Amino acid sequence: MKQPFEQLVEQHGGTVLRVCRVIVGGHDAEDAWSETFLAAMRAYPDLPDDANAEAWLVTIAHRKAIDVLRARKRQPAPVGDIPEAPTTLGVPGAEDGDLWRAVAALPEKQRQAVAYHYVAGLAYAEIAGILGGTTDAARRAAADGVKNLRKNYPGAAAEGAPS
Amino acid sequence: MNISAGDFASATDTDTLSRLRDRLGLAAEAEGLLDVAYTTIDSPVGTLLLAATPKGLVRVAYDIEDHDRVLDTLSRRISPRVLRAPRRLEVAARELGEYFGGQRQVFDLPLDLSLSTGFRQLVQRRLPEIGYGQTRTYGQVAQLVGNPRAVRAVGTACATNPLPVVVPCHRVLKADGTPGGYVGGPGAKKTLLLLEAAA
Repeated sequence: MKQPFEQLVEQHGGTVLRVCRVIVGGHDAEDAWSETFLAAMRAYPDLPDDANAEAWLVTIAHRKAIDVLRARKRQPAPVGDIPEAPTTLGVPGAEDGDLWRAVAALPEKQRQAVAYHYVAGLAYAEIAGILGGTTDAARRAAADGVKNLRKNYPGAAAEGAPS
Repeated sequence: MNISAGDFASATDTDTLSRLRDRLGLAAEAEGLLDVAYTTIDSPVGTLLLAATPKGLVRVAYDIEDHDRVLDTLSRRISPRVLRAPRRLEVAARELGEYFGGQRQVFDLPLDLSLSTGFRQLVQRRLPEIGYGQTRTYGQVAQLVGNPRAVRAVGTACATNPLPVVVPCHRVLKADGTPGGYVGGPGAKKTLLLLEAAA
């Protein structure tokens, strides 16, 4: 049975917001979130009952984020805004802004792969479905993204914990 | 390295999400996507869930009916496009507040009776004819709907009333004058009857 849409918002709203932040930056994340859930609500009656709702929402967020990024390229706005309100939950010893800048500086595909795997927790096969290409390519993009982050994000370099 | 969802969380996420959810409710309404809007209100008979379709109030549910189950049923029977969106329920919430405050005797709300069918809906349509502070027996209601032998069916119609309080099944009693069953539990039925008797 299909659960009420409110449950999807309750269960996945936070994850989708964080994914949107990673992909489009803090400034546009709220618009991307709103577009995502409105589109999801429109399509929800046709979603198969056994579908993975979170992967489905991230797929929609991915498309909406691309729309936002394309719209921004046509405007003279800076790319890779840091969030207006800095997190208090970041990696200890790191300046939060550093992680954001490091993530914003990643090539688009790496940033997407990192967001969908590490923030949304999707499997690489699901990410491949979103990005196009193979599961291996998705795994490589995430690994390359993490390697780049480790290079450019002092907090992570200092910790050096395995992924 | 440790990258996790927490790294991209913000201390203000709860506020942000609450604001975004409000905005989603308004946008969904504007786009005609809000098939079922709901909210909850406090009342002397416990927390009540109120739900409305674009046609009108479709469900009033007591706590003991289990609001999660009620929402699941609305999702299955009407549409899964269900959102907590209090705006559509503002008038209903205000009228119920007035009723529980003794300031209102008749509800003036568009109703959507699509959760019940056939004889049950027929009975539920006629129940508002029992005025505030009055009572009828199940047998009298059976006569009212032109089917005097359908006493048990009237009982079922009352027990499955999707709009308790607003559609006053609490005004229907057993022939011996005892309250009989009630979807909100016997305590709630008594509370409503006492409220109306006091006026």
